[in-house]
Amino acid sequence: MLEKSSVQMKFGEAVRDGLDVALQLDPHLICYGLGIDDPKRIFGTTAGLAEKYGNDRVFDVPTSEAAMTGIAVGAALRGVRSVTVHQRLDFFFLAMDQLINNAAKWHFMFGGQRSVPIVIRLILGRGWGQGPTHSQSVHSWFAHIPGLKVVMPTNAADAKGLLLSAIFDPNPVLFLEHRWLHEAVSNVPSGDHRVPIGRARVVSEGGDVTIVAMSFLVPEAIRASALLARHGVACHIIDLRTIRPLDWDTVSAGIVKTGRLLALDSGLPICSVASEIVAFASERHFHSLRAAPRRLTMPDHPEPTSFALTRNLHPSAESIADTVCEMLDLPHRFAADPKAGPHDVPGPWFKGPF
Amino acid sequence: MNTSLPNDPSLRLVRDLLRVRMVEEAIAREYPKGEMRCPVHLSVGQEAVAVGTGAALERSDLAVSTHRAHAHYLAKGGNLKRLLAELFGKEAGCARGRGGSMHLIDLDVGFEGSTAIVGSTLPVGVGLALGSKVRGDSAVTCVFLGDGAAEEGVFYESANFAAVRKLPVLFVCENNSYSVYSPLGVRQPPGRRLYEVVRSIGLTSALHDGNDVFAVAATVKTAVAGIRHGGPPVFLEFSTYRHLEHCGPFADDTLGYRPEPDVAAWKARDPIIQAQDKVRDHPEFSDETIGRWRSEIAAEIDEAFAFARATPWPEQSTRAEYVYA
Ligand SMILES: Cc1ncc(C[n+]2csc(CCOP(=O)(O)OP(=O)(O)O)c2C)c(N)n1
Ligand SMILES: [Mg+2]
Repeated sequence: MLEKSSVQMKFGEAVRDGLDVALQLDPHLICYGLGIDDPKRIFGTTAGLAEKYGNDRVFDVPTSEAAMTGIAVGAALRGVRSVTVHQRLDFFFLAMDQLINNAAKWHFMFGGQRSVPIVIRLILGRGWGQGPTHSQSVHSWFAHIPGLKVVMPTNAADAKGLLLSAIFDPNPVLFLEHRWLHEAVSNVPSGDHRVPIGRARVVSEGGDVTIVAMSFLVPEAIRASALLARHGVACHIIDLRTIRPLDWDTVSAGIVKTGRLLALDSGLPICSVASEIVAFASERHFHSLRAAPRRLTMPDHPEPTSFALTRNLHPSAESIADTVCEMLDLPHRFAADPKAGPHDVPGPWFKGPF
Repeated sequence: MNTSLPNDPSLRLVRDLLRVRMVEEAIAREYPKGEMRCPVHLSVGQEAVAVGTGAALERSDLAVSTHRAHAHYLAKGGNLKRLLAELFGKEAGCARGRGGSMHLIDLDVGFEGSTAIVGSTLPVGVGLALGSKVRGDSAVTCVFLGDGAAEEGVFYESANFAAVRKLPVLFVCENNSYSVYSPLGVRQPPGRRLYEVVRSIGLTSALHDGNDVFAVAATVKTAVAGIRHGGPPVFLEFSTYRHLEHCGPFADDTLGYRPEPDVAAWKARDPIIQAQDKVRDHPEFSDETIGRWRSEIAAEIDEAFAFARATPWPEQSTRAEYVYA
């Protein structure tokens, strides 16, 4: 078989590449969302698609999240798959009825006669004062709902591969992409590259502690493991990639291997994905545990806007490394790199304001 | 410095308009320094709707607004220092630095709140009006919205309820033809006018020039009087245009999303220029008057920026406060 070629690209470009491939593969696939063909092209993720596939397949829409979600459900019943996009997850709250009562239930409540293959891209905001209503990541709400699938890719290759799998999955899939990951570069296989939904990725295989993470917390966990390696601590890092259905086999193997579990979550603590993973560890692997399992999440309050109040708000490499040291009874504690830029931007490429 | 607030209402409108413009321009000028670290949606070009409306409302009337709220807040009488302190994320900000530019509040003047989710204050405004009706007070609630918000289902639900219960609410829609970069043409059918749709829901409605501050003030004044005397809720659509980018401090017409002739025509109809032209012959108005206002307002703005910069940050230890009452 021919070796598949691959290209270095950014996460945002990989999303675009995945959409391009899917639009070619399925002549009925449509893509829509507010701003999809505007000058900014959803942070570049839809560049050139309206020109290439025409306005009947890639089109801008009214500011009507609820109806546009239900319309995706209806189109799907008619055999037309769709990828819709919202520039912030928070805007999609208007569509909860269509998502939860219709999209998630249709297959079940009509006895399996019709399914709803739709993909909804939700961009997660952070930093630069996004504040209480532009920064929420409620993947755990979505994961609560049977009938939905929830993916949260971390790198460019997985973004493309999971997006293609999501588009051709027969179920509704929420595709959560973190704004701070849009510039992350990796090798991305060309063509119809698929990453299976429901399979986690082992990022590194250490023996001392197992860190389970998703989305932007995966690069933080990787930075934490570099800090810890200097003190001889080796981390087993699992990138969940899919939140529902969750890859319990990979999580189990990680827990059994090190006996120490740190579950990270980019959302709020109560009823979080991290809570679910810790519950699983306690129920299934009680006797393998060598230390109490720990969670590290957002604090249990809304995200404030002020620069002063967002410092140390999110779990970071340093707070992850500190927690691991607590679990291992090690004295080391880690301070943020004084040479690092302001805490509320992902890097110099981010020019604000959103 | 002694400020010279004119007694003549029309001159007062012209000065208030200039003040809001100068505040927004000062924010745009200072924003690239990176001290105001939150998204800002400026009203440059659209101020006349806010200022005319603010002038026609009583201090005891209420208002709610959107992501683009600085002008509404100021026109309702909101405190300038606390606005800027909010943009700077400071404890003295109008929302104690928790909300930023998109979440403004000044209860002293009935500005009940602006929020960042399109359409989300529409029913809240109707609820404020319901509250006034239940309590039997005489406040009218003004709900500011953009043309995009009228595409959300909650707009129709809110307008319907306001009509069926005959609530004391005034919707003031700034139709700037865009929702971010998306023109009306891809969002609403050609030739259909929003104010006509709303009329068929059961509200009194009209369309006016939103760049004429005098027309706005007069129209809103009549509408508010009608509502206060038990008339049906009113929806006023005002055509206007934004001069700067949707979000952020810069002009973005190099992107080419708005037809050049439109941009030029609207800029030629700048509400500030039009308003000043209309009072040219007023005995108390001259270039000297404008010069004096400009320096007074500039001093007020400088002082407010100095305050916003100097006033302390919120304490980290208070971060979890205010989740519950
Ligand atoms: C429910 C929701 N959808 C999308 C957005 C993103 N958004 C922020 S402002 C805006 C434009 C809304 O247009 P309009 O109501 O006409 O107000 P304008 O910005 O033109 O003043 C949009 C779509 C949002 N904040 N909330
Ligand atoms: Mg608009």
